Amino acid sequence: MIKTNIIDIQKLRSDFPILTRKVRDNKSLVYLDNASTTQKPIQVIEAIHNYYMYYNANIHRAVYQLAEEATNAYEGARERIAKFINADREEIIFVRNATEAINLVAYAWGRKNVGKDDRVVISELEHHSNIVPWQLLTQEKNAKLEYIRIDSDGLLILDDLYNLLEKNNVKLVSISQMSNVLGTIIPVDKIVKACHIKNVPVLIDAAQSVPHIPVDVKKIDCSFMAFSAHKMLGPTGVGVLYAKKEYLEKMQPFISGGDMIKEVHKYETRWNDIPWKYEAGTPNIADVIGYGVAIDYLTNIGMDNVREYENELTRYALDRIINVKGIHVYGTRDIEKRGGLISFNLGDIHPHDLSTILDEDGIAIRSGHHCAQPLMELLDVAATSRVSFYIYNTKEEIDSLINSLERARVIFRI
Amino acid sequence: MGSADIYREIILDYYRNPRNFGKIDSPDISISDSNPLCGDEIEIHVKFDGDKVKDVKFTGKGCAISQASASMLTEMIMGKNLEDMKNVGKDDILESLGLSNLGPARIKCALLSLKTLKLGMYSYVVEKLGITDAEKLKEEASKLF
Repeated sequence: MIKTNIIDIQKLRSDFPILTRKVRDNKSLVYLDNASTTQKPIQVIEAIHNYYMYYNANIHRAVYQLAEEATNAYEGARERIAKFINADREEIIFVRNATEAINLVAYAWGRKNVGKDDRVVISELEHHSNIVPWQLLTQEKNAKLEYIRIDSDGLLILDDLYNLLEKNNVKLVSISQMSNVLGTIIPVDKIVKACHIKNVPVLIDAAQSVPHIPVDVKKIDCSFMAFSAHKMLGPTGVGVLYAKKEYLEKMQPFISGGDMIKEVHKYETRWNDIPWKYEAGTPNIADVIGYGVAIDYLTNIGMDNVREYENELTRYALDRIINVKGIHVYGTRDIEKRGGLISFNLGDIHPHDLSTILDEDGIAIRSGHHCAQPLMELLDVAATSRVSFYIYNTKEEIDSLINSLERARVIFRI
Repeated sequence: MGSADIYREIILDYYRNPRNFGKIDSPDISISDSNPLCGDEIEIHVKFDGDKVKDVKFTGKGCAISQASASMLTEMIMGKNLEDMKNVGKDDILESLGLSNLGPARIKCALLSLKTLKLGMYSYVVEKLGITDAEKLKEEASKLF
């Protein structure tokens, strides 16, 4: 039976048109790749549609009615997103995705503040998006890239961080709040506290956390945070960089041009106020508006409820999946320390073969290295299969997953 | 085609007991490639005796289709001369696997080893034998997927 006291799941599912479609041989879609991208409710789709249908205009400049409506909708989205993570409006910068947000910090802040022999600290859990920008920066500056290791449960060995902080030349700690491979939730409050004693700013890669757990930037007290709209019911092409005002005031722009200026003369320019100083050119207006509606949708459900419902699904899925013969599940079993995703391997079936079999049953899962090859090397696997849940998934869908895994076991004679 | 048809006994057998798995000391061709979509990796070593393949081995990590097809490819070219090797194509691989219509994502798994071999042959004939009309091989490899 579906537990309905947290979320009215059938009513909620009816908001997602894609969930009614059939795939392959007339199979109902079971979408379990939400850590990659989530589906969109009709409210978000309509908001984007309505912008183009009824009030498409550029923002911030013109005085006619359409421009006023578009500007209000765009800036209104910024306000709702700020409130969602307890930030101030001017601390929210719209970019394309979390990757671009991290790159903005690496270029606009990192290149001014990281020098020879300085250290940038990340962890072994990171997504490529929170590794490669720091490799480029530290290589360019002859600085050092340091890793906080993980233990066999996928939890960070925080002593590594404390030891590095003792060295006094750590300039930045950039860390994921939730692993996209193991689902581990990182105690970012603790990390920020330790870093603040040494005046080290912290960037939180919140691409996997903001969509699934309540996040309060004032409580975490981080300097920067990055996340993407499309992993939380919003459209692709919109991401957010949160940065504390003091940083945004001091930093130089990353991309320059129109809309981010106050005055341009032949040889000099005065920057616009924050946040617009960091939003050069016409932004992705329609999708930012759509994102605002996605935020409304999640706010209506309540992030505590999202977390609780996903916990219930994850607990149910873990209990069932560990009973599949030949299964190996990665990461901690402690529900409180993990988000709604499970990485696993089944016998010697390669994840791509497994996802081919599951796909025949209409079940969409991710298989591969999940853009975290250093972590894959550490786990000593070439790839894993990953299921990741969101608010519209059900226990019945998890049952379908288990049945399909059993079928794969038969096909591969495990 | 359904999984029950794809993962027949023969493919599982080649996946779990790959023929010609390993490396060769001082090979004439040594080339590796990967499929970023899947993370499949293949490394192929070839040793020639004159223009005939004296030995061929592969190592790799990946799905059943990529590993079985690599193993089958090594069997296919063992003892062949360069000219016959050049003629091995996509259809030969799919026929050995017994797979006719793989989807666009999985066909790359099936053809990764052939693509890798063709690129290796290209380097070999151009660099070691000084044959310059080998562009066809490179073009063919790039057109596989």
